[in-house]
Formats: sequence, structure tokens, C-alpha cells
Amino acid sequence: MSDMMRVSSNPHIRSKVTTDKIMLCVVLALLPATIFGVWNFGLHALWQVLLTIAACVAAEAVYELIMKKKLTVLDFSAVVTGLLLGLNMPPAAPLWVGPFGGVFAIVVVKMLFGGLGANFMNPALGARCFLVISFPAIMTNFNCDAYSGATPLAQIKAGETVNIFNMVMGRTGGTIGETSMVAIVAGACFLILLGIIDLKIPASYIVTFVIFYGLFSGHGFDPYYISAQLAGGGLMLGAFFMATDYVTRPVTKIGQIVFGIILGLLTGIFRVFGASGEGVSYAIIIGNLLVPLITRFTAPKAFGEGGERI
Amino acid sequence: MGKLTFTGGIHPYDGKDLSKDKPICDILPGEELVYPLSQHIGAPATPIVAKGDTVLRGQKIAEASGFVSSNIFSTVSGTVKSIEPRRVVTGDMVSCIIITNDGLYNEVNYDAYDEIDVDNLSKEDIIQRIKEAGIVGMGGAGFPTHVKLSPKEPDKIEYCIANCAECEPYLTSDYRRMIENPEMLIEGLKCVLRLFDNAKGILAVEDNKPDCIELLKKLTKDEPRILVKALKTKYPQGSERQLIFATTKRAINSKMLPADVGCVVNNVDTLCAIYNAVWNGKPLMERIVTVTGDAIAEPKNYRVHIGMSYKELIDAAGGFVKDPAKIISGGPMMGFALFNTDVPTTKTASALLALTKDEASKYEPTPCINCGMCLEVCPGRVMPKVLAECAEHADYEKFEKMGGLECCECGCCSYICPAKRHLTQSIKSARKIVLANKKKAGK
Repeated sequence: MSDMMRVSSNPHIRSKVTTDKIMLCVVLALLPATIFGVWNFGLHALWQVLLTIAACVAAEAVYELIMKKKLTVLDFSAVVTGLLLGLNMPPAAPLWVGPFGGVFAIVVVKMLFGGLGANFMNPALGARCFLVISFPAIMTNFNCDAYSGATPLAQIKAGETVNIFNMVMGRTGGTIGETSMVAIVAGACFLILLGIIDLKIPASYIVTFVIFYGLFSGHGFDPYYISAQLAGGGLMLGAFFMATDYVTRPVTKIGQIVFGIILGLLTGIFRVFGASGEGVSYAIIIGNLLVPLITRFTAPKAFGEGGERI
Repeated sequence: MGKLTFTGGIHPYDGKDLSKDKPICDILPGEELVYPLSQHIGAPATPIVAKGDTVLRGQKIAEASGFVSSNIFSTVSGTVKSIEPRRVVTGDMVSCIIITNDGLYNEVNYDAYDEIDVDNLSKEDIIQRIKEAGIVGMGGAGFPTHVKLSPKEPDKIEYCIANCAECEPYLTSDYRRMIENPEMLIEGLKCVLRLFDNAKGILAVEDNKPDCIELLKKLTKDEPRILVKALKTKYPQGSERQLIFATTKRAINSKMLPADVGCVVNNVDTLCAIYNAVWNGKPLMERIVTVTGDAIAEPKNYRVHIGMSYKELIDAAGGFVKDPAKIISGGPMMGFALFNTDVPTTKTASALLALTKDEASKYEPTPCINCGMCLEVCPGRVMPKVLAECAEHADYEKFEKMGGLECCECGCCSYICPAKRHLTQSIKSARKIVLANKKKAGK
């Protein structure tokens, strides 16, 4: 023992939860949806996801090396971004598209704004929207070996019928990771049980959307249409994994509910009145942009503020 | 019925098993005792002895220099060696009276007090006795107790709360007091109740101490004015504002006093000291200190002569079994890290904790990911993440606007932060600056 002990400010103990553990849990929670997607769409989908992850991690590392910043790739946040973007790719897209989007997600949406914690928009969704705008033909083509034709939501929009059971299980066309409601919710339950996410955003999002859809779609609260809407179009993946992204959601409790309601309204507007029948990604990135405002107006009141004298 | 609690808080590893079953044992001090003149909130005491004077145990050696100040007593007999600045737990150099112990413990004669009929003491006499004994809040803050017990409108006090929560991890000194001297605690509370005719006494104990709750309930079953209340075990349940809220559902902010909502809160050891002062006329000379941590050979609870060195306590507890990475005066959440153990125990020293792991510096801070856990655990219901940002950018205006002064520095935010940011530290520094600026502007 040296004569001089180390001193520091209180507290002197810390919880064992760290950023990288949280990110790793998110990756684990996305595995059911990933495995299902690979099983559903084939090995091409697996390569797409893996290459997108690799591109994200590499982009972050290279950016930090060039900018002479501390390497942060071990915190798994780039892996989460890559995985989410990979799961948002059409199953038959050429293998360069995902990695290309991954580099955009990391360099433009994340690192240029200051890296982890400083981005104003979910990087995976920002990149997805970038890809949809840049390569609309690739990004909206859901034909693959397993499925051909439109996604279930597009079919409904066109007045065709769909098989709800297949939609809930995920045996339909769509992006790699969005099709299986069961797999996504299973992963989300894992995160909820660990306390990493809670139901405030997903629940307010989904409930608002259902009410909006019931009121304005013309189908009323018909279980057939409601369940098809919930199971399709990446709503589950968006509500549980993208809207709950810590960095780009409001930090206050009331703010989170407001955020969920806004997402539900936007998704409803896009799906009911829009041309494409989908719209979760756009709803969430627009919601992301409103976060600073929401946080500011929902700041909590300090304990005993106003002095509740008896 | 829901458990009595507050919003926020954390559940750290409590480490109380190390020392909770170790009975309080006496320990004699070494050759030199050090009495800082400022071991309470308020003006430092003024020495009334000089170098070379001989003193007795229980003799007043420094006198309160104002209403918000406190007397200090020698806890041994011997000679005044000097009055000079010495290092104290906070790391500051503070003017101290140094006394050489003659090892005889010749005590002042308290006979004068025995002639007084305690049962018929007036309220003023009781407060006078407490003031004379130099009693301060022994839970850590060190606010002079006689000031606390002299609110503007004593008739409006409805609850005298005994803070028996002991929510800091590792600490067991209050627990041992409750198990070994419950009657002292109850009598102390009864002394306080005599000052407030309309008040009820509440013994507020965390429910991780069921044996204390049972014992106190048994001993107070014939006391119509005293209730025992079980609190949910959660840090910082023993923080004054949180405790008042948990027991009475009344919330005060940082600018208010407990008396504003009809409450007076005293810690276990303080109430025992009040009992000693009122019934025996004895000044505050001893307190219970838990010496514990995974680096200590034999964790124990000691009845310590205030003024003895922490070093002697460590030696008495068998020294270190493993190299300590950090030595803390007080609990791990709010205690002070010591860079040297040769500092004196004071009226507010509740524990000495030696840990083999320094978790505070084990992790490098990483960027905030906005997870919101700090908001969730903050008992002050402010936004630690935002306050820490304001502090780091030196934006003190926004800091104050966002409720920075409402922070009680409990440490929950730093504890829970997955990015391991030093939130409490940043906020604490900013609070110091803001408060100092206010003081300057006020003068």
C-alpha cells in the first residue's frame, strides 16, 4: 500500500451495467428476427446482414483512425446500427447496397454529428431512407426466390386479401428482419425483462396507430385489417427497436409517451393517406427531429418544487 | 398498503453483512487526539484553552461562536499540545486543537446536573442542555441540533422523525445502536417530543432491518406518541427530504426546512446523544463508527472517542487483509475518499470503509447515450444528464434554471450511468460555484 491513496468525488461504487453490455443485449434481442429472416429468405440475406454490420464497424474504425479519435467500435453500437440496417434491406438486394448504406449511416448520420450519443437521427433509419431515395428500384423490389409480388401491406392497399397467420409468423415478403411479428416481439420481451427498454414508446405508438387507423382507414376496427397493419411494414421492428433507440428518443417519461403518440399519428397518416402503404421509417425519423422540442417541453418538475407547504 | 417510499433511488450491493452482527466494542484512543474547530455546519468554534493547559475528559475546549455553531469537548484527559491547522477528512487544512492523552481519562464532575429534576425540565432547559453538549446532526451533515430544535413556531411541528433508515451501503452503526441501545434512542426521541406539544414521534426504519422494527415496536407499544414505520429499502431513503416524503407525503425543496412542513428529523446517534445530554448532562464525546470493507481484516463497530485518528481504527480492526484501492470516510455513496488515513474522527464520522476495488476509476467515462437511467433514479427529480452538461459547459444560468440547486448529491446518477460519466461530480462542482456566486452577490 502506498502512502497516498487515490481520491475521487462520491459515489465510490458503480453499477455493473455499461454501454457495451446494453448494446450487446440489443444485438442478442435482434437475433430471433435475424435468424428467422435468414431462414425465410435464404443465405443471401445472411450475407447482406453480415456485410452491412462489417461495413458499419469498419467505417467507424476507419473514421476514428483518420480523425485520430479514440476507437469506440468495441461498444457494439456500430454492430447494432449495421444489424438494424441489414434487417431493413430487401432480401434480394445486391450485396453492395447494405454496406454502402452502412457507411452512410455511420459516417454521415452518426460520426459527422459527433459519434455515439450525438446523432440526431437513428443512423440505420437515416441510411435506409437515403437508400430508398437513391435506389428506389432496388429498395422497393421485394421479389426474391421465396416470394414474389408485392408486400402484404401493398396488397391490402390494392384491395387484395392476405393470410394473417402467415403475416404474424413472418412467412411473407418484406425486408429481411421485419416480417416476423413473433420473432421481433420475443426479442423485445427480452429487452423489456432486462429493463433496457420499456413499453412507454412502443405501447403509445401502437395504440395511437390502431386508433388512428380504426378511425380513418374506412375499415373501422376490423381485426383482420388491424392485425395485418400491425404485423406488416416493419411496424413491430420500428416500434420496439428503432423508436426506442436511446439516443434519438426523448429522455423524459412524458416525452416518451408524446413521442410514441406522434409516431403513431405519422405512421397512420402515411399508411392511410400516403401512396405506399408503409411509412414507419419516415415516421420515426421525423419523430427523431422533434425530440429536442419534446424533451424541452416535458422536463420534469424538481422534487418539492413550488414548495408544497402543509 | 404500499410501502413507504419516494420516487427514484437505487439498490446497490449493501455489504452490511460484513459488520452487522458485530457488537459495538469500545476502543481507547492513542497518544494524540485532534479536534477540528469546524466539524459542523456554521461558524467554527472558538478555542477556550491554550497550549500547555491541562484538560479533563468532558471539558469544553472550544465554544460555539454564534447561534449556528457548536461547542467542542475533550474526550480524554491530558494537555493541550497545540492549536494548529491539520488535515481533515475533506482533504482541507482546518484549525484543530491537539491534545496529548495522559491515558487516565479523568472526567469532569457532572454532579451539578444531577441536582436537576429531569422530568420537570422546561423546554428551554432541554434545548440549553442539547446546545451546551455540542450536539450536531451525526448522520453526516453536522447541522447544530439546538438550531434544528428551535423552529419559529414549535406548535406547528407535527412529526419528530427519527432517521433510522441507514440507507448507505456497508454502514451498520445505527443498526447496532438500535439493537443494543434501543431505549436510549426512544428516550432521546421522547426528549425531542417534549419540545413539541403537537408532535408525534416516528421511528422510520428500512425494512431490511426487521429485527429492529420488531424490537422498537415492542418497546414503544405503550407510547401513544411514538409510531414505528417500516420504509422500503432503497438508497437514499435516509436523505432528509426523501425520508420526510416517505413518512408523511410532504415534499420540501432545497430552499425549505423540514420545519416548514411541520417536521423535525434526527439521526439515531444524535438522539442517543440527546438522551445522554438531557439525562446525564454529558457532552457529545463518543459516537459509533463502522470500520468495514473487503480490505479490512475484521470489520467491526466501535464506540469511538471523537478526535482519535482513523488510522488507529484500522489497526484495531486487524489492519488490511488486502491492499485497499480506496479508503472512504462515511458510506460509499456520499463519503469522502481519504488520501491519508491519519485524519481525526469527528462528530459526523459514521464509518471507515476500505475497498479493494475502486469502481469510480475502474471505468473510463464514455459518451452519454441518453438512456435516461439517471432521470429515473434521481430522487430530486431533476435531469442529471442535462445538469452535468451545463456544468461541463460552465453554463451556470441554465444549470440553475434546470433545478441544479435541487440536487442533493446523493450519487445515484453516477452509480447507475452505463456510460460511467461522473455526473454527480460535475453537478457538485457546479453547485459549489453557483452557491459561492450567490453568496458573493448577496454581500
